[in-house]
Amino acid sequence: MDVLYFAWVRERIGLPRERIETTAATVRELVAELVAREERYAVAFSDLAALRVAVDQELRDFDAPLAGVREVAFFPPMTGG
Amino acid sequence: MRISVQEAAFDAGAELTAFSTGLTSQGAVVTFTGIVRNSPEGDLQAMEIEHYPGMTEASLREMAQKAMARFALGDVLVIHRYGRLAPDEVIMMVATAAPHRKAAFEAADFLMDYLKSRAPFWKREITDGGATWVASKDADEDALKRW
Repeated sequence: MDVLYFAWVRERIGLPRERIETTAATVRELVAELVAREERYAVAFSDLAALRVAVDQELRDFDAPLAGVREVAFFPPMTGG
Repeated sequence: MRISVQEAAFDAGAELTAFSTGLTSQGAVVTFTGIVRNSPEGDLQAMEIEHYPGMTEASLREMAQKAMARFALGDVLVIHRYGRLAPDEVIMMVATAAPHRKAAFEAADFLMDYLKSRAPFWKREITDGGATWVASKDADEDALKRW
């Protein structure tokens, strides 16, 4: 699936998007896989309460299932307007 | 209903005129215009706005459709810019048209509350001291509970 990062999450991880092959069943499991990979992911995902997630461009929570999902995005709370 | 997510500057006055022209049976138009505010020290060089292409347009459209239904609006306009903006530039505008003023005011308020916390935009302020991501405010999240 495609994993996208925005704002300071993008800066901490160092790229805007990447293709990830995963068997993670939920967003939370995907985060755990990423955190185990490299320090920069551990830094970006150190406080999940400070993050929001979108699954196929819909805001969801970290327990959202990933079966059949094409795109997951991680970002800080939005600051539009 | 018109939703525009764009980098280019726009003329809020001209948009209001266009929006207000040709409405039928709508007695009230309310607009909100957001402007890049300088820092208290006056050293803001720019505001950079990042967004999530695709999700941004879809989420604004969904918010506008909800407002149309809930407040029985005649029309809605949402324009939001992204990219690098200078102090005093117009960032965004919302316009609502309804038969009477109360619905038009409330719909604009509703749209702004949702847009602040649910549309995927992120602001970064560039000052003489460096670049800082604007933090979301608890008050903005709390504002959604009104609706």
